[in-house]
Order: sequence, then C-alpha cells, then structure tokens
Amino acid sequence: MKDATHRDWTTRAAIFVPYAWLIAFLLLPFLIVLKISLSQTAIAQPPYVPVFDPAAGWEGMKDFFAALSLDSYLGLFADQLYAWSYWKSIQVAAISTAILLLIAYPVAYALARAPRRWQGMLVLLVVLPFWTSFLIRVYAWINILQHDGLLNQVLLALRIVDAPVSWLATDHAVYLGIVYSYFPFMVLPLYAALEKLDPALLEAAADLGCPPSRTFFAVTVPLSLPGIVAGCLLCFIPIVGEFVIPDLLGSSSTSMIGQVLWLEFFGNRDWPVASALAVVLLLILVPPILIYRQRETRQLERGR
Amino acid sequence: MKRFGCTNLTALALGLAFLYLPIAVLVVNSFNDSRLVTVWAGASLRWYRELANDAAMLDAASVSFRVAFLSATAATILGTLAALALTRGGRFRGRLLFSGMIYAPLVMPEVITGLSLLLLFVAVEIDRGFWTIVIAHTTLTLCFVAVVVQSRLVTFDRSLEEAALDLGCPPLRTFLAVTLPLIWPAVASGWMLAFALSLDDLVIASFVSGPGATTLPLRIYSEVRLGVKPEINAVCTILIAVVALGLIAASLLTKRSASKAPLGARM
Repeated sequence: MKDATHRDWTTRAAIFVPYAWLIAFLLLPFLIVLKISLSQTAIAQPPYVPVFDPAAGWEGMKDFFAALSLDSYLGLFADQLYAWSYWKSIQVAAISTAILLLIAYPVAYALARAPRRWQGMLVLLVVLPFWTSFLIRVYAWINILQHDGLLNQVLLALRIVDAPVSWLATDHAVYLGIVYSYFPFMVLPLYAALEKLDPALLEAAADLGCPPSRTFFAVTVPLSLPGIVAGCLLCFIPIVGEFVIPDLLGSSSTSMIGQVLWLEFFGNRDWPVASALAVVLLLILVPPILIYRQRETRQLERGR
Repeated sequence: MKRFGCTNLTALALGLAFLYLPIAVLVVNSFNDSRLVTVWAGASLRWYRELANDAAMLDAASVSFRVAFLSATAATILGTLAALALTRGGRFRGRLLFSGMIYAPLVMPEVITGLSLLLLFVAVEIDRGFWTIVIAHTTLTLCFVAVVVQSRLVTFDRSLEEAALDLGCPPLRTFLAVTLPLIWPAVASGWMLAFALSLDDLVIASFVSGPGATTLPLRIYSEVRLGVKPEINAVCTILIAVVALGLIAASLLTKRSASKAPLGARM
C-alpha cells in the first residue's frame, strides 16, 4: 500500500470508523467511571454529584473540578471489607490458576503427542465446551453438586460418606466451577507451545542418558514456558473479576470483588464507590494485562 | 511418531471426561420424566413440552437471537475494518491507543465493561433496553473479530493485493475482489465467535438491559438462582445442540474453503 502521507479515503474510513466506535463505547465510558469514582454519593437520580454540565460554561467547569473528591477511594481504604475482597479475589484467582496449570498440562502434553490425524479432532473436542454458554456449564455443576445430586448419590452408594455432604455454597464448589469453566483457556496455549516442541530434542536427551523425569523438567517445561505464561495470564486476569461463578456456587462469605461491586451498584446504589472499586480493580490488573498484550503482539509480529 | 503411551491416554481420557461428564448429566436429566433429578422415571419429552408453553422463556430466546445476530454482524464489519487498520493502515496517529482498545476487552473483567457502558448510557440519557445490549455486545465482540481476522491478515501473501493496486485497481475494489475472498473463512469464524459470545453473555447484559429486554442468559440466571429446574435442563440441551450443529457446519465449510484455497492463491 502507498505510504502514510497520501492514504485514500477508503483506508482512512477503515481506520476512522472502528476507532470512533471504540472511543465512544470503550474509552469514554471508562472516563465516566473515573469521573464518577471522584464524585460524591447523593440521593438523587443519577445518584452522584457533581454532574458535568457543559451548558454552564467556564464557571460550571470550575464548580465541576472543585467538587471532585477522593472520598470514595478513602472509603475503600478505610473499610476492611473491601481490602479483604480484593485479597480474596486475587487468592482465588492464583490458586485456581495453579490448579488449572497442574491438571491442564498433562492433557495438553497428551494432545501434542497424539497421532497427527487425531489431533485436529481432539483439539476440537477440548474447545467444544467453550462454545456452549458458560452459564450452562456452571449450571451443570449445580445439578451434580446439589444436596440430592449425582455426587452425593455416588458417594453414598460407595459408602464413602454416611450422610449427604453440602457441596454447594462452599469455596470448593467455587474452585471447581472456575477450574471447569477456564479449562480450555489453559489447555490451548499450553498445547500450542508443546506442539511446536521438536521430539528430536527429547530423543537427544534420552540418548545421552537423561532419565525421562529430568528430560521433562530440563527440556520440555522450559521450552513450553511461553505457553505456561500465556495460559496463566489468560486465566488469572478474568478470574479476579469473576462474578457469576462465586454468585451461583459460592456461599455468602465468598465475596469476591466482582460481587461486592455488583452489590454496591445495584444493592446500595452507591455509584461512586462501585466506580472506585472498578478503577482499583483495573489498576491491579493493568500489569498482567500489559504483560499479556506485549507477548501477544510479539507473537503476531513474529508470525509476519 | 513415538508410541502414544498409557499415561498420555489416561490424561486425555480423564481430561475429556472432566469436560463432558457434567454436560452429559445435564442432557440426560432433561429427558427424565421425574421432577426430582435423583429419580429416573423413564424417558420423556415432558420438559420440552412445558418449555414450548413457557412464553417468557421463548420471548427471552427471541431477544437473545436477535441481539446476537445484529451485534455479531455489526461487530464483524467493525472488527474486520479494525484488523485492516492494524495490519494495512501503516503508522497512523493514535495507533497505540487503538490497538490497546482492541486488546483490553479480551481480558478485562466483564463487570468493568458492563458498569462503564451502563454509566455512559445513563450519562447521555439513553433508555436501556434492546439496543443498548446490541451496542454493548458489538463493542465487546468486535475486539474478538479483529484479533481473529488480524491473525489471518498477517499470514497472507500481500503481493496479490499489491499486484492489483499496481494495475490501477482502486483500494476498495482490491479489497472486495482480492482480499475479502481470501480472508473470508476468518471473517466467517469471527462472526460465529461474536454470535456465540453474545448469546453467552450474562454479566454485561445484566448491566445494560432494561425492562422489556430480557435475554436468555438473564432469564436462565434468575431461574437458576432459585434452584435446579427440569425446564432449564431442557433449554440448556437445546442450546448445546444448536451450538454443536453450528460448529459442525462451520468445520465443514472451512474444510471446503481450505480445499479451494490453493485455487484462489493461483489466480
């Protein structure tokens, strides 16, 4: 294509239209969140002050900036509950990601070693549940975990337990639901990395007398590191903000930050605090998101 | 290729069992005549019949499919343009911000996207309902489409486009006659991904929907919170069947176009 200085109108439109859409519906909304997080709670509709009023001109602008306050943020730091929810969310995300890595790695490894002609089919089988609604997948577990569900029936029949166990409304159920829902997100990046691994390297290690377990940790794991990092980030980041899974499977004491935000917004109608919660959540997630993005861009450039 | 091995086979079998067992239980239960999940009272289509009479659920399904169709179509157009801008646009002002905005929603928690869009709609005083869900879903899914199409565009032979341009073909016609036929499988799978994501979304829809626009996930969610219901098993089974059929159709289509691709490349 021609150089940047004289682009024709079609190329310009291709840039301008999606750009304008994203600014209007992604950047601008976020700036509004930022602004409301700096406002004060009010019993009004909308329930916050100050409201930006461009018609009031310069004086209005001055009032607007003068009325901005850090009250919501100070409230976040003052109340233990919020700090605890952030901590809980990060903890749940970190533990689930670790469990995911442990159980997805063998599956991804087996996929990459499977005979070529089956691989496409097997990968499709792993991806398929991702296409069904994740609400359905969480709901499927309620079927199994409920008081008279399949799991309790099996355990009772095998005489492992004497009375039905309450599985729902526990942290275990939340971890199970998260691991189940994010399983394909972890398997796929791992598979992509392991599939590129040259079997000749493993044979070389074996020929030189390296025992299989050492080959695994000295050759396979380091070479699949990009997949490990990508998979972990791809799971960790959204799990921190997870709302539906803890809401349906967890107890009222498993309050992850997504649930707290929801409650502040719809329950307490405290929009400034809800916005401040969102801003802080995003700030926590910015470093992992940036790392993830950098890796993705690098990979795309390499593919070029 | 080395021997597949017993451990690998076990890992794969366990992994797939973990993925499919809960779904299988749900599908089987949807055909259970009993209201209790624990008692098998013979196979029947009772819950499907009850579903056919559930006007609220059918209405929600119709809202969901219309939202998914409209937003997937808009997102495919915008996302394809965005992918073209990123790969063919060269260095334009604000490129970093642009690519940042494309990648952010892919991993950003949905509560943030939902909250921020809701606050926008309140600030500009748009009534929440059908169209606000369409806008929200378009914004989210266009980013997924852009990434899918972009990954096709970077591995694609640019000399074909350059030949057309050198021969005096205007850029718009070059795009329609050369680029689009070559990238259409990526565009089509982007549309399908957008459709599936829109059909799936609960969190964003719950923020931006209003009275009179209840999507299927919102409806299912409000029922599920009250406990397991056999009708919900039936709805979920139908949705799973729709998705499975769509995927089979898509993989057949891409196979056909893959066998045609060398022909296209020779032109």
